Amino acid sequence: MTTTVIKNIFRAPATRRYPFVPRVYYKNTRGSVSIAVKDCIFCGMCQRKCPSAAITVDRAQKKWQISRHRCIACGYCVEACPKKCLSMNNQYAAPALKKEEEIHGDA
Amino acid sequence: MSKRTIIPFGPQHPVLPEPVHLDLVVEDEKVVEAVPSVGFVHRGLEKLVEKKDFQEYVFVAERICGICSFIHGMTYSLGIEKLMNIEVPQRASYLRVVWSELSRVHSHLLWLGLMADAFGFESLFMESWRIRELVLDIIEETTGGRVIFGSCKVGGVRKDIEDTSLKAITVKLEDYSVRIRAIADIFLRDASVKHRLSGVGKLSREEAYMLGAVGPTARASGVAQDMRKLGYAAYPRMDFSPVTETAGDCYARCSVRIQEIFQSIEIIRQAAASIPGGAIENKVSGFPQGEYFARTEQPRGEVVYYFKADGGKFLKRLRVRTPTFANIPALVKILPGHELADVPVLVLTIDPCISCTER
Repeated sequence: MTTTVIKNIFRAPATRRYPFVPRVYYKNTRGSVSIAVKDCIFCGMCQRKCPSAAITVDRAQKKWQISRHRCIACGYCVEACPKKCLSMNNQYAAPALKKEEEIHGDA
Repeated sequence: MSKRTIIPFGPQHPVLPEPVHLDLVVEDEKVVEAVPSVGFVHRGLEKLVEKKDFQEYVFVAERICGICSFIHGMTYSLGIEKLMNIEVPQRASYLRVVWSELSRVHSHLLWLGLMADAFGFESLFMESWRIRELVLDIIEETTGGRVIFGSCKVGGVRKDIEDTSLKAITVKLEDYSVRIRAIADIFLRDASVKHRLSGVGKLSREEAYMLGAVGPTARASGVAQDMRKLGYAAYPRMDFSPVTETAGDCYARCSVRIQEIFQSIEIIRQAAASIPGGAIENKVSGFPQGEYFARTEQPRGEVVYYFKADGGKFLKRLRVRTPTFANIPALVKILPGHELADVPVLVLTIDPCISCTER
């Protein structure tokens, strides 16, 4: 126990000086879903698979929208996407003041 | 006779992050009776099987508990695979063992920290959680999530760990086990800690058996009951025997959990050494039909999943009996006769997970 105490006095802190030192995420980290909307065919597979009903696809208007607050970043939509235009990003979604839907459109 | 009063313990109590309520009937400072009440965080997850299809429900099952999440998802998958007669690839079974044991290591380290905090040893609490954080890093690196692994699915696993990474993980864990050994020595040898835990909350072997205690709570009383011995996933090919103690007090329960950390590290080493190659998932087609009980060992004890399916997309009924639920009768049994100041420590020794209990 004494050695631990002495070590702790001279050792750098175990915590990170966030936000001055940014957190480096792993390649695998499930942060947020991103879409390459150009490749999207708006089939709605992701909407049907999403366990938390965070994704809405409008085929007629060619709109893909996601509620970042409802998304649990499970990656089920990424697995289901037939065109592989969805991908899992290792950065978390940015904090927001309002619960707004994020809209991606093929315009 | 001194006057009896009722002291409420919880639902919000500093020792627990989760809401459980105990009405403690005390005479002076001595507890004579404890009346538990749960139900503050009921989320109706069992009912959700009617809304989420059987493959989607894995994500819900994982969220029953924030600590033993992987094993919940795995137990659910095991049950569905049994109902649908799906063969799981060998490699997937081994990976399930690795992740189960990693979650056991991090859960027990979490418990050790909470325990140290409960008996007032702040720096030991910090040290336990510092090591736990390193284990969480391994989990995040391999699955993508810190506590919600999301890597188990019906028919196999979602992610693979490369053989070189597996070797690296075992080397890392060997390194951490030296540090865990250092804190384990304080838990097991330090005079003040020993004095605080020894002889407190005795549960005899008969009582543990009759009250249906599970996991470390039962094993600390000498009941050598470990569901991993039932042989699910790749456990039949692992060489280990249940850790037991005979004293049945808080010290014994602490000792069982510490030994289990090292046992888990050893199982991960064995699995990494003998993991076969090949696919990690099999295709799932059709729908589940029939009834099945799936039982696995969580860090806190045995979890039972009951499935009832009628060949449709949704299950008819899902029932989850979690280890904390099974251990509450044992808790109510050990509380009477102890000082009020012992109650937080006693409540913690069953490693309560209230979200699990209420689902």
